[in-house]
Amino acid sequence: MHGLVFDVAHLLAGSLVLISFIELYQDRLFALINIFAAHALVLALSVAWQAYVQEAPHLYITAAIALVFKAVVIPMALHRIIVRLGIHREIETVVGIGPAMLLGMGLVALSMVVMLRVTAEADPLAREDLAFSLSVVLLGLLLMVTRRNAVSQVIGFMSLENGLVLAATGAKGMPLVVEISVAFSVLIAFIVIGIFLFRIRERFDTVDVQALDRFRGERK
Amino acid sequence: MNLNALDAVLAIPLFAAAVLAALPGYQLTAKLNVLASLLTFLAAISLFVIEPRSGDYLLVDDLNKVFIVLTTFVAFTTSVFSASYIGHEIEIGRLKPAYVRFYHAMYQVLMFAMNLALLANNIGLMWVAIEIATLTTVLMVGIYRTHEALEAAWKYFILGSVGIALALFGTILVYMAAKPVIGEGLYAMVWTVLVVHAAKFDPALLNVAFVFLLLGYGTKVGLAPLHAWLPDAHAEGPTPISAVLSGLLLNVALYALLRFKILLALNPAAIAPGPLMVTMGLISCVFAAFMLYRRRDIKRMFAYSSIEHMGIIVFAFGMGGPLANFAGLLHMTMHSLTKSAIFFAVGHIAQVKGTQKIADITGLTVSTPLLGWGLVLGVVAIAGLPPLGIFMSEFLVVSSTFARQPWLATILALGILIALGGLFLRLNTIAFGEPRGSTAPTHASYVPLFAHLAIVFVAGIYLPPTLVSGFQNVARLLG
Repeated sequence: MHGLVFDVAHLLAGSLVLISFIELYQDRLFALINIFAAHALVLALSVAWQAYVQEAPHLYITAAIALVFKAVVIPMALHRIIVRLGIHREIETVVGIGPAMLLGMGLVALSMVVMLRVTAEADPLAREDLAFSLSVVLLGLLLMVTRRNAVSQVIGFMSLENGLVLAATGAKGMPLVVEISVAFSVLIAFIVIGIFLFRIRERFDTVDVQALDRFRGERK
Repeated sequence: MNLNALDAVLAIPLFAAAVLAALPGYQLTAKLNVLASLLTFLAAISLFVIEPRSGDYLLVDDLNKVFIVLTTFVAFTTSVFSASYIGHEIEIGRLKPAYVRFYHAMYQVLMFAMNLALLANNIGLMWVAIEIATLTTVLMVGIYRTHEALEAAWKYFILGSVGIALALFGTILVYMAAKPVIGEGLYAMVWTVLVVHAAKFDPALLNVAFVFLLLGYGTKVGLAPLHAWLPDAHAEGPTPISAVLSGLLLNVALYALLRFKILLALNPAAIAPGPLMVTMGLISCVFAAFMLYRRRDIKRMFAYSSIEHMGIIVFAFGMGGPLANFAGLLHMTMHSLTKSAIFFAVGHIAQVKGTQKIADITGLTVSTPLLGWGLVLGVVAIAGLPPLGIFMSEFLVVSSTFARQPWLATILALGILIALGGLFLRLNTIAFGEPRGSTAPTHASYVPLFAHLAIVFVAGIYLPPTLVSGFQNVARLLG
C-alpha cells in the first residue's frame, strides 16, 4: 500500500512539473490558458490524493477550490477577457523558447539538488513533494519573467501559487495555511482580473506590459 | 469574552474599515478615519500598562510592543495629514469622491493588516497579514488610475507577490523543520513554541528556509537587488500612502525578518544570518546613495533615501550585539518619524506647485516658508546632521561597527556621506533661490509635520531613560 501511495503522489507532482514546462513554450494565449487549466486540474487531483492519504478531510476543500476555481472559472473568465479585448494573437516572449526551456531545466535541477539534500531526514513523500513544488514555483517565476503580456504574467503567478499549495499540502498536518492561502489565490485572481486588466484596457487599449513601460516615471 | 487591548488594536481598524466603506461624504469619513487611528494608538499604548496574556494566535512581547506603538502613532499622524491632503485632491478633481470611500476603508484595512502582522504569534498568520497589507497597498498605489500609477501598481503587485510567495515557501520549510521536533499541527507554527525548541531543528532546512525568507520579506523591505517596485510605488501613489509605505510597511516586513533571525540564532548548527543581512544592507545603502544623484521626481528621490536607510537598519541588525541592535532600533524609529514627516511636507509641496518634478520646484522657503523650512529640517534630519535623532543612531551604528569591523564601517560611512551630498545638492535648488512657477493656495496641516520633527529633534538631544532601557531590553532579545 505504501508503494502505491508514494507512486501516485509522485506521479501527480511530477506531472505538475511537466505541465509547467508545457506552459513555458506556449506561444498563444488560448493554448496557455488551457494548459493552465490542466495544471490546476492536476493540482486538484494531487491535493485530493494527499487528503485521502493523510486522512485530512479539510484538504478536500482545497482540492475542490483548485478544481472549480482555478481549473474552470478563472480560465473561462480569461478566455472571455481575451475575446473581448481581441488580443488572441501570438505572445511576445522576452526570451526564446529554447533558452527558456534550458533555463527551466536548470531551475528544476537546482531545486532537486537543494531540496533533496537538505531534507535527507524527512519522510520520502514530503521530501519529493517539496522538491517538485519548488520546481513548480521556480518555473512559474520563469514564466512570469519571460512574458510581456499581462495575462500570461498572471498565469505565471497562478502556477507559482499552485506550487505553493502543493508544498503546503505535502507538509503533513500543516495548520491554517492551506485554506487561507487558497482563499488568497482567489482574492488575487479577482483583483488581477477585475481591476488591473480592465483598468489597463481602459487606459491603453492593450494588455501588453511593454506598452506600460513607456509611461515609466522618469523616462519621459 | 472580555475585550482586552490586544483585541482592540485589531478590532478598531477592522470595524472602522467596515463603517468607512459604507459611509458617503468626505468630511465625515476623514474625521472618522482620524478618530479610528487615534483610538487604535491609545489601545496600543495601553499595552504597556496592562500586558495581556499571549495566546496561540496573538502575542505581545517587548519586541513587538515597540513596533506596534510606532506603527499606530505614525498611522494616526498620517491620517491627520491625509485628511487635508485628500481634501485638496478632491477640490482639484484628481480623485473622484467615490474613490475616497474606498481609500479610507483601505487605509483602515492596511492598519489592521500591519497590526496583525506585528501581533501574530503564528508564522502562517503573520504571512497572511503581510499579504493583506501588500494587496491593499497595491490597490491604493493605483488609485489615481493614471498611466504611471497603473504601471507602478502592476510592478509592485508582480514583485510584491513574488516576494510574498518566496516567503510562504520559507514559512513552509520552517514548519517542515519544526515538525519532527514539535509534532504535527498548530504548535509547529506557533512562535513562542518554535523559539523554545529551535535548537533541535534540522539546521540544513532552517538555512534554506532563511534564504527564502530573506529574499521574500527582503523584497518587501526594499533591499537592493529586489527594490525595483519601491520608487515607483512611492512616486505614483497618494502621498499619505508613500508616508505609510516608507514609515511603516517596510518596518513590518523587517520585523518578520527579525523574528526568523532570532529563530536561526538560537540554533547553533544553522548558518549565522548576520553576514547575509550585513551584505544586503551594505549593498542597499551604497547603491541607493548613488541613485539619489540623478533623480528628477521629488518623491522618487525620497523613496531611494528610504532604501538607503533600510539598508543601514538591516546592516545594524545584521551586525547584532546589544549596541548595534540598539542603534538599529533607534534608527528605525527615527527614520519612520523623519521620512513620514518629509512625505507630509512633500505631499503639500507637490499640491502647491502642481508638480513633482524637482526642476520645477524652486525657492520654497520664499514662496511657502512653513512648508519650505519644514522640508529643509526634514532633509537635514534624514541626511544625519547633528543634533537630530538620525545623527545619533547613525553615529551609534558606525561607531559600534568600527570597533568590530573597521572596513565595513568605512563603506557604510561612505554610503551615508554620498547620500548626504545627493540630498543637499537637490535641496539647494528646491528650498532656496528665486521661486518660479505658480503657487496654489493649500490648507496644509502643519501639526503632524512639525510634531514628528520635534520628536526627532528632542531624541537627538535627550532620550528618556525608560525608552533607553526599553530599547536595551529589545536589543538583548534580538541577540
